[in-house]
Amino acid sequence: MLVRQNYESERYVPDKEMDACGIFGVMNTEGVRFGGRMAIDAIKNMKVRGSGLGGGFAIYGLYPEYRDYYALHIIYQNSNLTAKEEVEAFLKKYFYMVFDEEIPTNPDIRLFASPLAWRYFVALQKSRAEEDLSDEEYVISKVMYLNSHIEDAYVLSSGKDMGVFKGVGFPEEIADYFMLDQLYQGYIWTVHSRFPTNTPGWWGGAHPLSILDWTVVHNGELSSYGANRRFLEMHNYYCTLYTDSEVLAYAVDLLMRRQGLPIEVAAKIFAPPMWDAVGRMDDGDKELYTALRMVYAPLLMNGPFTVIVAHHNEMIGLTDRIRLRPLTAGAKGELVFLSSEEAAIRAVCPDLERVWTPNGGEPVVVRLHTREHLQSLNKSI
Amino acid sequence: MNGFNVKFGYRDIFLEDVQPVHILYETRVKTAGCRAVIDARGLKHKELTDLLREAVRRGSSELVINHVFGQRYIGTRLYSPFKDEKICIEVNQFPGNDLGAFLNGHRITVQGNAQDGVGNTMDDGLIVVHGRAGDVTAMSMRGGQIFIRDNVGYRAAIHMKEYKDKVPVLTVGGTSQDFLGEYMAGGIVMLLGLNLQEDEPHRARYIGVGMHGGVIYLRGRLAEHQVGREVEICPPDERDREIIGRYVREYCRYFGGSPQEIINGRFQKLIPASLRPYGQIYAS
Repeated sequence: MLVRQNYESERYVPDKEMDACGIFGVMNTEGVRFGGRMAIDAIKNMKVRGSGLGGGFAIYGLYPEYRDYYALHIIYQNSNLTAKEEVEAFLKKYFYMVFDEEIPTNPDIRLFASPLAWRYFVALQKSRAEEDLSDEEYVISKVMYLNSHIEDAYVLSSGKDMGVFKGVGFPEEIADYFMLDQLYQGYIWTVHSRFPTNTPGWWGGAHPLSILDWTVVHNGELSSYGANRRFLEMHNYYCTLYTDSEVLAYAVDLLMRRQGLPIEVAAKIFAPPMWDAVGRMDDGDKELYTALRMVYAPLLMNGPFTVIVAHHNEMIGLTDRIRLRPLTAGAKGELVFLSSEEAAIRAVCPDLERVWTPNGGEPVVVRLHTREHLQSLNKSI
Repeated sequence: MNGFNVKFGYRDIFLEDVQPVHILYETRVKTAGCRAVIDARGLKHKELTDLLREAVRRGSSELVINHVFGQRYIGTRLYSPFKDEKICIEVNQFPGNDLGAFLNGHRITVQGNAQDGVGNTMDDGLIVVHGRAGDVTAMSMRGGQIFIRDNVGYRAAIHMKEYKDKVPVLTVGGTSQDFLGEYMAGGIVMLLGLNLQEDEPHRARYIGVGMHGGVIYLRGRLAEHQVGREVEICPPDERDREIIGRYVREYCRYFGGSPQEIINGRFQKLIPASLRPYGQIYAS
């Protein structure tokens, strides 16, 4: 007998359970702000979909008193104060600092390797050479610099009137740690419970992933990560967070903000129809979908995924084209829900009016002051 | 990165803070005769399945579970080698994934929608869902019957199988999303399309892709491109009509409706064109 004893390896991680991340989003389509109770309770209800190795929230309508300034949420790993000095020197050079403070945390909640978390409200301070650059491009280039050049410093979010709170722990612990329910309100809340399978659980790698006011929570894995990443690098997006989901945040920014494509088209780039389905389309559609496949082949998201993408005024749910990860939508009055599981919606909204399962590759678009989401209801069964 | 090994942050989601079953039994169960009413609000699925097992062990044969919100594996751990009694379980709303997985002859009724994986590898028994069910309904099912009043999601009856007299049956009152009967190896699927308009086709694509056994009886319209290459479509014969009649009548017994009206609809029979569709794939 060669192997009689079970050696515990340093690299031992518990057996991979056949589980997947949990995601949830809720939006008030009239723009009324509300607290985090629903998002927290819903994700808690899907506890088995996470492993305590990552949880996080994105909140929109978060800082109305600073709505004109970019809100940068930055973490410093290992409480690296040199990194903080470097970041602040950089920010003072390229931005006007309106206000900054440590993000308040609850000292009674003990989390794994919690970093120092700080928020800065800034206005742009463009040099003459950068005057022609749009505000968004300016902010992105600075965020990319911080993430890739200053060790131990990571920008969690960089949009106006929104913010990302995330870390290693179950999402309800992250919520307690940042006291989300007591301190904040918003009209969109998205939340993620992570079950990392291929990449480590660490604070920056938790979801939501974000750039400007775009956030993405993702369940699944992108086997096309390498191709997606190389394509995005050609457009000056640099992946630094050790997780496949990061490419989705940059891809939506590239397609929807920079190139101005509507979500309906972006969805067909990420999750294109099969070629045999394209073959049965009328000539106009056939040309469109063939062109999209040709031009944007490197942005096809291969592998199983469900995502909830959000930015101001909009929350979007999308699955891969053969729906290898679940997504359920629900609505009651002006509240619209997206969730990995129906029971989580029911748990926080027992008198739900309608619930439906969108088809693979068909986006559920929840838009401010519209009933757009009902379109996906009509397309689903 | 943070320089830590991820294992220090790992937590056991299944066993962490699970309450002992005797305490749960005292606080959560009310019994009257062989009937036990269980309050599942806020329980972890390990706690709930412990509790169901304990209730059966103490002699209950009729379990009513209230305030269910997403707990998984309901009905799974009720096998006993010493006791052949079959249990009736009523789930009052919103069971979680893998309802009735490996079900061993018991009967489950759900008064609401079910999620993904209903009847996963179910062996025997009955599941009746008064609502809809999610993806991979009846996955790898090998015996017993499932009745879903409304629609099912993707990949219903994936790799369903049969052996001699063990023939599983999935009856769906509404319609289905894509990949119905994918890699199906045996058993019977009934798709009744009752919620479709007159002449409205089913929208599922890739029906029966990789199918190499079993049969799908489909009521309503369907274009040829919606079924996989491995599938042959033909009209049902006398023996098929008998099977269709039997399960339609049973469907109506659970959910109402007129069996004759349903049976008179246009049925098509989908069977595999070959029992070994991929026999040559790596060999030729």
